[in-house]
Amino acid sequence: MSDVIKTDALIVGAGPVGLFAVFELGLLDIKSHLVDILPKIGGQCAELYPEKPIYDIPGFPSVTGQGLIDNLMKQIEPFHPEFHLSEMVASVESIGTDTAPLFRVTTDAGTEFETKSLIIAAGGGSFQPKKPPIPEIDTYEEKSVFYAVRRMEDLRGRDVLIVGGGDSALDWTLNLQPIARRVTLMHRRDEFRAAPHSVEQMRSLVAEGKMDLRIGQVTGLRGDHGLLSSALCRGSDNAEFAISCNAMLPFFGLTMKLGPIANWGLSLSENLVPVDTEKFETSTPGIFAIGDINTYPGKLKLILSGFHEGALAAQRVYRYVYPDKRLTFQYTTSSSSLQKKLGVEA
Amino acid sequence: MTKLQFVDFGGNARVVEAPVGSTVMEAAIKNAVPGIEAECGGACACATCHVYIDDAWQAIVGPPTSMEEDMLDFAYDVRPNSRLSCQIKVTDQLDGLIVHTPERQA
Repeated sequence: MSDVIKTDALIVGAGPVGLFAVFELGLLDIKSHLVDILPKIGGQCAELYPEKPIYDIPGFPSVTGQGLIDNLMKQIEPFHPEFHLSEMVASVESIGTDTAPLFRVTTDAGTEFETKSLIIAAGGGSFQPKKPPIPEIDTYEEKSVFYAVRRMEDLRGRDVLIVGGGDSALDWTLNLQPIARRVTLMHRRDEFRAAPHSVEQMRSLVAEGKMDLRIGQVTGLRGDHGLLSSALCRGSDNAEFAISCNAMLPFFGLTMKLGPIANWGLSLSENLVPVDTEKFETSTPGIFAIGDINTYPGKLKLILSGFHEGALAAQRVYRYVYPDKRLTFQYTTSSSSLQKKLGVEA
Repeated sequence: MTKLQFVDFGGNARVVEAPVGSTVMEAAIKNAVPGIEAECGGACACATCHVYIDDAWQAIVGPPTSMEEDMLDFAYDVRPNSRLSCQIKVTDQLDGLIVHTPERQA
């Protein structure tokens, strides 16, 4: 078993609001770890709209999603936050009291934390693979239909059908082609959004007869006890045909789901986490929710609201982390102690 | 104002009004039309505002751009008349437009 990571604050979600919380906590000498299900930092800003300008960040007439994330990363650099990417918080167990909260938090990768505060900044929830609504697909999931490849070896010698036209679909087509018995790539049109180089490689494998490319969409599955035997498909000319396969990997991008947060014992309201507007604390003392994931009277889902919420939550976290200390309010413009923390002393 | 008609999977129609210059997706969200999710808020980044353009309107609405066509790869049951409603700008020519919402978005 790996060592338990002890921390003052654990932030769930490395989007703009989670990142700025690191800053506000850091000013109060509170050290943060962050967990995010995506392999990269930035949440929706980086995943959904990295190139789109945002016009309502105070002080920035226009900044792109990625630009905002890059700036936030620079801003929180003095506080050395530690990131745990491609991990999802799977369980949260309270092991403290209401006045001295302590939580044991475990991720799906087995990382364990012991934290004095848990700050949920999970936005629209966790990004999870979009499931194509093919009838009965759930009975095949994790047995012969996979939305991600955890171990390539599991697919050795199998007839693999990969569905989609983006980078994930093409990358896995190329990676699995040498080890699968046969790889078939199916896409709804003969044009691909994936990197041109991968598409070229795929086309030459098809030309050499080493894999198949079919144009169409999967409409149904045939098999027994979750083990796939063939996929029923419809071509662009509406002709129906079947592809024999015993594993299918659909790659239809990501969608946001609340995910395991629903199981953490918090009161929820329509998949949002209700908080008070003084501390942005949930029904469980020591667990906070900031940004798009929370709800309260008058809530606006704006990045700037999430920044404010993080600043106020940090004040309360301070009381849990340093119960015997008095918190004096200070400005970064004039406080020499804050400036020292930021590494900008005159 | 331009009148837009949304017909859901079960055949129920509802008519909403949309100002010229807004998008068909915005009209759906403002009027709580079921069957349009628009998870990304109109950034052409999620394919959850997928609609089918009624046959009579296809020529007027026109085809998707290549960026939109790429994003449609992530939609389900894509047909030749598929569009993402966040990418359709409301104009005077679209008065009376009929779009069909799919069985589900994601």
